[in-house]
Formats: sequence, C-alpha cells, structure tokens
Amino acid sequence: MRPEQQGIEMAVLVSVGRHPITGRARRADQDARGLELALCLEGRLPGSRIGLLHAGPRSEESEAALRGYLGMAADAGTGLNTLTLLEQPEGSDAIPALADHLSAAMPQLVITGTRAELGEGSGLLPYALAERLGWPLVNGLAAVEKVENGVATLLQALPRGQRRRLQVRLPAIICVDAAAPAARQSAFGPARRGELEATPGAAELDHELAGWQVAPARKRPKRLKIIRAASARDRFKAAAAKAEGGSGQVLEGVSSEQGAEAIFTLLHEEGVLRS
Amino acid sequence: MLETLLPILIITALALAVIGAWRRIRLWRQGRPSAVPLFKGLAALPRRYLVDLHHVVGRDKVISNTHVATAGGFVAAAVLMILVHGLGLGSSERMGPVLGGLLLLASATMFVGSLFVAKRRRNPPARLSRGPWMRLPKSLMAFSLSVFLITLPTVGVLPQDAGSWVLALILSAVLVWGLGEMVFGMTWGGPMKHAFAGALHLAFHRRAERFSTKHGGGGRSTGLKALDLDDERAPLGVEKPADFTWNQLLGFDACVQCGRCEAVCPAFAAGQPLNPKKLIQDMVVGLAGGSDAKYAGSPHPSQGLGGKPVGEHHGGPHGPIVAREGTALVDAETLWACTTCRACVEECPMMIEHVDAIVDMRRFLTLERGETPNKAPEVLDNLIATDNPGGFAPGSRMNWAADLNLPLIADLQQVDVLLWLGDGAFDMRNQRTLRALVKVLRAAEVDFAVLGNEERDSGDVARRLGDEATFQSLAKRNIATLAKYRFQQIVTCDPHSFHVLGNEYGELGGPGAPARYDVRHHSTYIAELYDAGRLAFSPWKGGRVTYHDPCYLGRYNGEYEAPRRVLEALGIPLNEMERSGFRSRCCGGGGGAPITDIPGERRIPDMRMNDVKETGAELVAVGCPQCTAMLEGVVDKTAEVRDIAELVADAIVMPSARPRRGERCSPGSRTEEVVS
Ligand code: SF4
Ligand code: SF4
Repeated sequence: MRPEQQGIEMAVLVSVGRHPITGRARRADQDARGLELALCLEGRLPGSRIGLLHAGPRSEESEAALRGYLGMAADAGTGLNTLTLLEQPEGSDAIPALADHLSAAMPQLVITGTRAELGEGSGLLPYALAERLGWPLVNGLAAVEKVENGVATLLQALPRGQRRRLQVRLPAIICVDAAAPAARQSAFGPARRGELEATPGAAELDHELAGWQVAPARKRPKRLKIIRAASARDRFKAAAAKAEGGSGQVLEGVSSEQGAEAIFTLLHEEGVLRS
Repeated sequence: MLETLLPILIITALALAVIGAWRRIRLWRQGRPSAVPLFKGLAALPRRYLVDLHHVVGRDKVISNTHVATAGGFVAAAVLMILVHGLGLGSSERMGPVLGGLLLLASATMFVGSLFVAKRRRNPPARLSRGPWMRLPKSLMAFSLSVFLITLPTVGVLPQDAGSWVLALILSAVLVWGLGEMVFGMTWGGPMKHAFAGALHLAFHRRAERFSTKHGGGGRSTGLKALDLDDERAPLGVEKPADFTWNQLLGFDACVQCGRCEAVCPAFAAGQPLNPKKLIQDMVVGLAGGSDAKYAGSPHPSQGLGGKPVGEHHGGPHGPIVAREGTALVDAETLWACTTCRACVEECPMMIEHVDAIVDMRRFLTLERGETPNKAPEVLDNLIATDNPGGFAPGSRMNWAADLNLPLIADLQQVDVLLWLGDGAFDMRNQRTLRALVKVLRAAEVDFAVLGNEERDSGDVARRLGDEATFQSLAKRNIATLAKYRFQQIVTCDPHSFHVLGNEYGELGGPGAPARYDVRHHSTYIAELYDAGRLAFSPWKGGRVTYHDPCYLGRYNGEYEAPRRVLEALGIPLNEMERSGFRSRCCGGGGGAPITDIPGERRIPDMRMNDVKETGAELVAVGCPQCTAMLEGVVDKTAEVRDIAELVADAIVMPSARPRRGERCSPGSRTEEVVS
C-alpha cells in the first residue's frame, strides 16, 4: 500500500434490471459489475467509501432487486449497508435527480453500468450526467489500476480483448459493460438487513418518454458473417480475425453537415433507413 | 486395608465423574436451545440403544459381540461394584456371595470382551483413530481384572487377608487406572466419553423420528429444519460451533472415532478434502476450544499432500468455523465436497447426523457470506429468475412432450396421479426416461396429468447448497400450485423431488395448503401396477444387469425393494454390486456436488462405474436423473445406463386394443366427471 494511494469516495449508480428470459426484476448485470469494481477498489484502497444510488419509484419488486446489490457487500468491513433511494414518481427523469445528488455529495468516482435493462436503455444517462456535471467520462471500463493524487489510471476494454490504458483526473464518471469482472454472489442475509434510505428526488416528468410507446426489446438481428473456409484452421482464423473494415471511410475535418450526410447514406445502404 | 480404600476410591471417582459430567453438559448447553421431550427421550433410550443402535452395530458381528460383552460387562460390573465395594454390601452375610458372584461374572465377561478389543487394536484398519484409543483395551483390562481380583475375597474364594499389602497396593493402583479411564474419563473427555455422550444423544436425538418404535420401523424425515426467514433476527445457518443446537453438539461429542463413516464416504474415497469423521472431531474441537493437533485418525484428504496436516486448524465455541481468510476449524471446501448421500449417517453407530450439520454450515456461507463456490451462484440465480437451475425459459418445460398430448392438470382439475417431471424435463437424456414413463402409464391406463409449465424446480439443489431462501420461495409457490388441484398421489422419476415433496414440504404448508402428499417413486408405482396385473412384459433377452440404488430413494426413503421387484418382474436376474442397498455408493450427483465441483484425485462416478464393472454387468439400471447423468458421463464406461422406466417401456406388451382412457379423453368429459 503506497502512502499516496488514499481512500476515495465512490458512488455506484444502480438500476432495477430485468431478466432477459422471464422479465423478472433483478440486479442489473452491468450495474452489479460496477459495484463489483467498486468493492474490489475499496479492498485495495482502505478508507474508501461506496455510496449506492438509485433514482426511481419505490415498489416491492424494485426494492427486492435493489436489495440484491446490498447483498453483495456481505464482507465485513465494507460498511456498505445502505442504498440511497432518490424516490421519484413513475415516469420521472432520473438525470436531474442524480445530478443534483451527485453535485451535492461530490464523490470522486461515479461508476455505472453502460445501459439499463429496463425502460429506455439508450445508454445515454452517463453521458447526460457527465455533461451536466462537467466531468470526464470513460466507457467500457475493464479495471481501475490505481488512484493516485486525484488521478485514476484506468484500463478500457476494446474489441477482441485489447486494452487501452487511460489516465483521468477525478472526479470522473466511468461506465462498465460486460468486459468488467462478473459480479459476486448476492447473499440473502445482508440483502435483507441492508437499508434503503429514501429521500425525495427531483420529480421532473420525462416528457419525451411519456410520448413513447414501450415494447419489450427484441434481440437485434446479427449480420451474418459468411465464411468460406475449407479447413478448421481457416474457420478458426476467420472467427478470430478482426472485422474487415473494407468499405468504411474515416471522415476527418469535415463539417457536421457532411458527417451527417455520410451517416445518412450509410444507413440507407445498410437498409436501416428506407424511403 | 482394601475395605477402607475401595469405598473412598469409588466414591471419589464417582464424584469427579459427576463434576466432569456437569462441565461437559455446560459445554453442550452453549448451543442454541432445542426443545426435546426429556423424560420421553430417556424412557425411549433403552429401546433406541438395544434395537436401533444394535441394528447398525450388528452389521459387524465380531464387533457387535465384542461391544455387548465389554459394554454390558462394564455397566453390570460398575453397578455391582458400587453396591459391593462402594456401599459395602459385599460383606453382608446373605447378599455378599450373590452380588460378589455376579460381579465376578460381569468383570470376567468384560475382560473377555476387552481381549477382543485388544485383538482389533493389534492391526487396526486405517479408519480407526489411534492416539488415546490405543490404550483403551489396556484400560478395559485394568478395570475388569482389578475388579475381578478385589472381588475374589468377597465371595470367599480367597481369604480376606490374602497376599501382602504390597499386592493390595498394586491392585489398587491398577484399579485407579481402570476407574480413571472408565469413570473419570467418561465425562472428562477420554475415549469413554462416547458412552456418556452417546447415551444422552440417543435420548435427546434431534431427529427422534428416525428410531423404530414398537409399531414399526424408523420414520423417514429430512434432518434439515426450515429456517425462520420471517424473523430478521433469526440467524441464518451456523457460523460458530455455538450456533448448533445443544443436542447437535451433544451428538458430535458422542463420536467413537470408529471411522465407519470415513470408510463409506464417497468424497473421502475420491480424495476430496472431506473426512466425515474428522469433520465431526473438528466440531468437538470447536465445542471445547483448541486445535486439532491431538487428532489421531486419517485427516481430510488433500491433493498431493496425502492429507491436510493436523494442528493447523483451531477454533472455539464462539469463533468462526470457516475463516474468511486463513484457517479456522474447517475449510469451506470440506463442507462443499459432501454429496449429502447419507452413507455416513447410515453407518454411524452413534446415530450422528453429519449431513444436517454440513448443510447448516453451508447455509451460513451461502446466505450470509455469499460464498457458494464455483458455478453455484449462477445456478442459484437461475433458480431465482427462471425457477430451474439451467436458466431455461420456464415456458419451454414441456417442449420435450410436444408430440405426446400430455393431459394438463389445469384442464382436468382432478386426476389419480400427478406426474411430477422434475428439472429432468430440460435434459435430453432424462427426456427419454420421461417418455418411457409416459408410455408405461398409458399402457397401464393410469389416469394421470402433469402440471406442465406450472411446475417449478422442487428446491432440492437450492436447499443442499444452503440457499434456504430460494428453497422456501420455490417450495411455497409449488405448494400453492399443488393446492389448486386434486390428485391421489404424486409419481416422479426423480428421487430428489420425491424426497423434497414428500418429506420437506410438510413443514412449509400453511393452513390453506397442508403440503402433505402421498409421493411415490416411479419404481414403486410401476411395481404396484404390475402387482395389480395392469402391466405385462415380454421376457428379458439382454445380458447381465446390476442395479444402482439412488441415495435419495434408498437411504433417504428406504425404498430398496420396489426397483428390484420391477426388475424381477421383467425377468432380469440381478448381479448385485458389493455396495448396494443401504450401503450403495453415491454416484456423486447429490447435494449440488457437481455444481460446486470440489477437486479430488478421482471422480466419484468413475468409482461407481468400477463397482458396476466388477459385477460384469453390461447394463446398470438406475432410477434417478442425477445418477443417469453422472454414470453416463463416465468415459469409457463398460456398461450401458438405463432407467428402470426405459427397461419397463421396452418390455411392455401392450394390452389389446381397448380404448385407452387418460390418453385421448377430452378435457370436457373429465370436467363433467369432476362436477358429478
Ligand atoms: S461419526 Fe459415527 S461413524 Fe464416524 S467415526 Fe464417529 S461414531 Fe464412527
Ligand atoms: S453424506 Fe456422503 S459425501 Fe457427505 S460426508 Fe456423508 S458419506 Fe461423505
């Protein structure tokens, strides 16, 4: 333990997840990975503190799911036995409530999953928060290597197991996805004992959401990779190979209109947009 | 001189024994309260000892006779000795010779017994503990011989003043040794402790229903007691030795270190880090506080080391059993290696309940620490989210039977037989068994139905993995579902579901849903159908066959006969394995062991397949989806694995083309029957 590695203040944003097959409420996989990351970091940086934060309505179902996160803190000494619930009416926008709370609490590191399993699931929340708070954001995080003198060294996951080392000044927001280590087991006892500390959160109705139609998400169609390979070796090579960016183009120094035009054309070519 | 010395010695030994007993009882009472009927228990003690305990001990005739001679001789000699030498009745004119004569007889019997004990200790098998146990035969001899000799003058065989005072002194010294071991040591922790603790354990046993009564054999029960999950302060499982109930602690203390459990434990044989005897001794260490350095038996196996070294583990009644870091009393992997096969419980002459203790400790690890090893957290999450361990869509439970037109109980509301499918419905191998069973039921024109997608996992695996919360959640929902329908009995081809539905749900039923079901294993049901003349078989033409008893059918539920009866009806001569019936060796599939997958030196199913091979059988008949999966998974196996239902289905001679009820009757017509 080097002396300059001091404990830090972390906030983990957690949401109510939804099981992909049965649709039952559960701890969301990515958020749970976020908490796992925080718990590991806390183990390495003694004196760190984790705050669990959720904004949304309180219901029996969501409470059971949120308690799933508290159940992960079974290890003695974490002191993590409360979850702050910014209680909002159904259909409210979580972003203002979270931003208010975070700017008041001023944690050094905010950890969140990349995308919610329920509701909009656009993955925009971390970005909107970062914009409001004016903090840097790193996505696709695989590990936090160290935190020294207010600077965190992070490993960002890139496709095919590649990693990029980044340094970011705190406070910052980091999002994790399936590349982060899997979450530990949630234990029944601590989950049941943990407390949900409810405070009223900003109740701004999400007007846009109100106008939307919500349907269960379906699996996105995957583009078929056609492999013509004679031998197992070729097949393996094809499977492991980088996606060929044959027809792609890199646009640099173009105006936003030109960029939009290029994207528009591509979407047409791919058949995403039809007119 | 002896006349004055003897009463003093005897009274002193007794007084010390009483103090020791009080101290020992205080150790046990550190445990949690558990209500037992004190007087009823004590009253039942003789029967439990003479019938149930000797039923187990009697499996080894030599040891049984040795024990009868030694223990019987000792008890008689001790009582008579108190009368004759302690209270001085030996010198009374009329009683003296009679009592003295009896005492001579008792001590002589005990001496003969101790000769056999000594003989066994000459070259003791590995399962026996050494250490203080090695001196026991000598102590037994010291006691019996000295009592015999000091009694000789009483009956007038020798004159009162025979021999010199030197001889008397030597004799007293030997007697002190004997008394020390037999009376003092009984309550102060010597090998004879087993007699004191064992007797009380029999009287205050935690699972009293396992003992026979005048009216019949022992009852079937789960040893697992449901946790109170509604009370937030109720502890979840056992963290420290003091978290066991006091009669569990008493039970551990009764262990004689005979190692019978060790000899039959599949995990031990596979070189996994579990020796049930050592585990019980670890608990005794915890109960009294200290380290296991004095343990003198085989240790918990460990890969490459030839066994975990003793002396490294330590603990106390209020310290943790499993350490978060480092070592405490036992390592977590020891607890997770158990397949809950109950072979140890079946063999234990002291009626100790290893499995329940292990699950109690697992409960704490799972429910409080969230430390269920390996794939287990995933399985538990699946059970919570999808009601089956594989994480399959609950709506796909009946996919295997898409072409079978199975009647749903939801349509019929009332049937004779509810066919419980179990999670085997998701497993391609077990689906073959299920299809075979359906064929049999139809051939016998049984009025049956299935729950279909309303069925959930029974909760067996969750419970054995210590996740009582998930078990109770599944169980309560299943009970609520079952309460909606009317049926005479539940038939299942899964002994685990059988056990859980039949013996574990009862405790969880509510006022509206009593949760007492008449559950039958398919082999039992098929045997009944056959006996009722509802099935006819073509003669068996295959080769040599052996039968593997599933633990949850045999040892847990005492059903050894029906499967054999069915095989006999099929005309199949059985080549029994050496370990069959109540001694059957586990396939390795129970207790969540394939999920927690604690490494060992061998695999349990491989060892079982070897047992099969030794009989020369080309086919092994089984009656459990777990056993099927485990045995089929053996590489290079020498025998085919078939479920009894499959064998029956293959041999069935279809009844002449009568219209078959139960197969194609429309829901409408059934509903009318219900109404009428
Ligand atoms: S637990 Fe039972 S079987 Fe095992 S050594 Fe002790 S007394 Fe013998
Ligand atoms: S139940 Fe079976 S595996 Fe477990 S300790 Fe007893 S004999 Fe060994």
